[in-house]
Amino acid sequence: MTTSTHDGNPEAINVRVLRQDGPGQASYWQRHRIAYEHDMNVISVLQKIATQSRDADGQPVAPVAWDCNCLEEVCGACTMVVNGKTQQACTALVDRLLAENPAEIELRPMSKFPVLRDLMVDRARMFQALKRVKAWIPVDGYSDMGPGPRQSQSRQQLAYPLSECMTCGCCVEACPQYTKIELTRRNGETDEQFATREEEAYNRGFVGAAAISQAMLFNENPTGQMNADERVDALTAEGGIQVCGNAQNCVVVCPKEIPLTKSIARAGRAATVRSIKRWLDT
Amino acid sequence: MANERVLVVGGGLAGLAAAMRLAELGIQVDLMSLTPVKRSHSVCAQGGINSVNDQTRPLGDSEWLHFDDTVYGGDFLQHQPPVKEMAYWAPRIIDLMDRLGVTFNRTPEGFRDQRRFGGTLYKRTAFAGATTGQQLLYALDEQVRRWEVEGRVKKYEFWDFLGPVLDDNGVCRGAVGQDLVSMEIRSFQADAVVVATGGAGLIYGRSTMSMVCTGSAASRCFQAGVRYGNGEFMQVHPTAIPGADKLRLMSESARGEGGRVWVPRKPQDPRDPRDIPEGERYYFLEERYPTYGNLVPRDIATREIFNVCVYEGLSVDADRQCVYLDLTHIPADELDRKLGGILSIYEKFQGVNPRTVPMKIFPAIHYSMGGLWADYERTADGGLVAGSPRNQQTNVPGLYAIGECDYQYHGANRLGANSLLSCIFSGLIVAPGIETWIKSLPRSAADQPASLFDTERTRQQQRHDELLNRSGGGENPYLIHQQLGQTMTNAATVVRHNKDLEAAYGTIADLEARAQTCSLSDTGNWTNQNVVFTKALLDMFPLAKTILQGALARDECRGAHFKPDFVLGGIEAEDPAEQRREAEAWCDRFEAKNTKWLKSTVATLKSDGEPELTYEEVDTSLIPPRPRLYGLVGAEMIEEVWQQRVAQKEQSPGNGQPDSTVAAS
Repeated sequence: MTTSTHDGNPEAINVRVLRQDGPGQASYWQRHRIAYEHDMNVISVLQKIATQSRDADGQPVAPVAWDCNCLEEVCGACTMVVNGKTQQACTALVDRLLAENPAEIELRPMSKFPVLRDLMVDRARMFQALKRVKAWIPVDGYSDMGPGPRQSQSRQQLAYPLSECMTCGCCVEACPQYTKIELTRRNGETDEQFATREEEAYNRGFVGAAAISQAMLFNENPTGQMNADERVDALTAEGGIQVCGNAQNCVVVCPKEIPLTKSIARAGRAATVRSIKRWLDT
Repeated sequence: MANERVLVVGGGLAGLAAAMRLAELGIQVDLMSLTPVKRSHSVCAQGGINSVNDQTRPLGDSEWLHFDDTVYGGDFLQHQPPVKEMAYWAPRIIDLMDRLGVTFNRTPEGFRDQRRFGGTLYKRTAFAGATTGQQLLYALDEQVRRWEVEGRVKKYEFWDFLGPVLDDNGVCRGAVGQDLVSMEIRSFQADAVVVATGGAGLIYGRSTMSMVCTGSAASRCFQAGVRYGNGEFMQVHPTAIPGADKLRLMSESARGEGGRVWVPRKPQDPRDPRDIPEGERYYFLEERYPTYGNLVPRDIATREIFNVCVYEGLSVDADRQCVYLDLTHIPADELDRKLGGILSIYEKFQGVNPRTVPMKIFPAIHYSMGGLWADYERTADGGLVAGSPRNQQTNVPGLYAIGECDYQYHGANRLGANSLLSCIFSGLIVAPGIETWIKSLPRSAADQPASLFDTERTRQQQRHDELLNRSGGGENPYLIHQQLGQTMTNAATVVRHNKDLEAAYGTIADLEARAQTCSLSDTGNWTNQNVVFTKALLDMFPLAKTILQGALARDECRGAHFKPDFVLGGIEAEDPAEQRREAEAWCDRFEAKNTKWLKSTVATLKSDGEPELTYEEVDTSLIPPRPRLYGLVGAEMIEEVWQQRVAQKEQSPGNGQPDSTVAAS
């Protein structure tokens, strides 16, 4: 049931949230009803849900847990599945969502990461992938050694879009080959032991488009190039680029429009060249 | 230094720069952050980072002039040695960031490109599109990840800093933190703690700051005895996009690349802005400030936009305050290359293409110039002693403050593109000082009695449990936060009146009392964001009071702190002799004002929770304070009189007063 005010806007918005109280627990749907205001986004919807902390039936409920920070779509924190589409909650504008579906807004956590609680997931695997591909410039040190290498405008324009990746997770959420890895703690396992086992599992899983693209960013850098082979080797190890099934979903959902499939193609070529070289060297 | 550890709290530019440099020095680092460090608020910085460079040097620019612009723009309220040191380090810092792989924009020959920012006449700002903060942060994040793999840095992400651990002698020996997922509270032994937790914008409710910028970590240090400097100096950014959840930054680089600010001369002209002819547009910054135009310092641009809307009734819209920021005269491909990041933010949130339609913007709280009091050790020539343990150390030995949460670098007003610089600079220089500090310690934190850490951990656990178990009260922390933000925004933003500040102080005392009786809607012990927010809210009050009290006490105008009742004003006379007399009187008033108010506000928190203000002399030994005359009526005459006074003082060394025999002759 939707009632409208005289200017055609609804008085209230129905929101359906897929909640989960903790890792390994069953998820459940919960309905909320909040007052409509102009210029709302999903962040302000969740803020209102936290403030009223009652469900649509007026029953007291704990606020929905979610992750956010910058609210400008540059930090990557607030990724979730809004009306079936993986995106940042901050740029999910309520007026547009209601135009698509006036009945309700549906919020779910990303499905490829362990749920910590409600809409909050653990994306440690994505940061682990950046370690796997050595996504950094291995400089000699931080003292004054003059400027970096000169670079052409065209090279900068190639690198800059890749360097805008905010590790938000949209690309891997959309990827059919990126499957969820969720471990449960064994009896008597310490924090360190569990972390180590988790890291090993992550290192065997598919590295994902974001990390592949980062490897290419550093392989294109004049200094980063010096360690290009190490990154390509990482990309051809277990869970590397060969897992990519070329579905090309990643590039479609990237909020920063990063040319991920170009990076993947480039990584593929680099892997081929590397294997031929290896074969010639033996 | 096998057992020595340093705890860095905050993983923005400052915290990461410190962690990276400490790791290079061979020191073990624990890095605690509310959020994965790659998501820190530094990503929101857009425009760029300042230094003298090969393009500006041939035009006469120098490190000294960067230093001069910074203290002049800051209305001389910062100690000059740290600022001087920063300006001289700036070119080397940008070189370092370049080596770390930051994708700076390039000239056709492949050098770093530069743009112009506010408060200077030189193109001093290096940039990476319009996401320079994000790019700089990522470069440091990558280096720290490298050290993490090496085992030199251990990250504690999604952890909240609850407070420092001080020993019986008042020396900082570690901290207590809370895991925001499991809610576990534990202590961290550390031979030094570096607080790099950014600004406190959330005290104002909505601002350009990110959701982690509650100021809670700084407040917890303040409550533990660290002094807080210049709290009343909050920068209001002239150009932000109003929103229901946040006021989003629209970078100064939009004006640096030629963006023009205007309103229709006819109030609330209903025409499409593109149909309003040039002659009917009021480019008020360009008309009032012919030298700097749209690039006057931020405090001035902010006040002008505020005045045009609030007092002159020229807001573009009738129902909300805003002015046009117009880029439509610049070719779209150039805009995309240099400003793409910020234009897409505007487009995504407003649904309007700023390449073809002028943007609507209004000022918003943006940056804390004030912050935790920090020390430095001065060299004879007015720089900093390299490796001094006093650099960036608070009044609590072993507890350091860097980045936006220190009060050190920006005085009464920060120049655009100086914040990224001060964050990285303070992060880099703190590390060798800490190395010296650790070497001087007779015993490491690991040798301290366990009871020291247990006591503080237990105290924090009790506070946490008490909040969870509280029954009754019924106050809602989110609603109290909204009221706090509204009160602060109304009383202590662009324009400040003593009666409003006094009233706000009373309102906030009431809100604080009510906040003590907040009931939680989540009483569980797993990823409980409700209790974490409530703690942060409670910790906003000591800083909110410090801001208000500092503003109330300071009866003058300086930088971002503007009280209409204490404006020096311009001079009005037309007759040259009368003009001169007025200018002399103006300079007398200016000197009297500086004698009284050219002092940093330094607050300590008393045991009853009320801040107590003292004032600290500012080291202005390198560049003598001079009037800030941007756009003032009669500025030429005041300048002339002032120059004569300066020349006279230089002839009569000693106490700085004109020599009486010279005056009599």
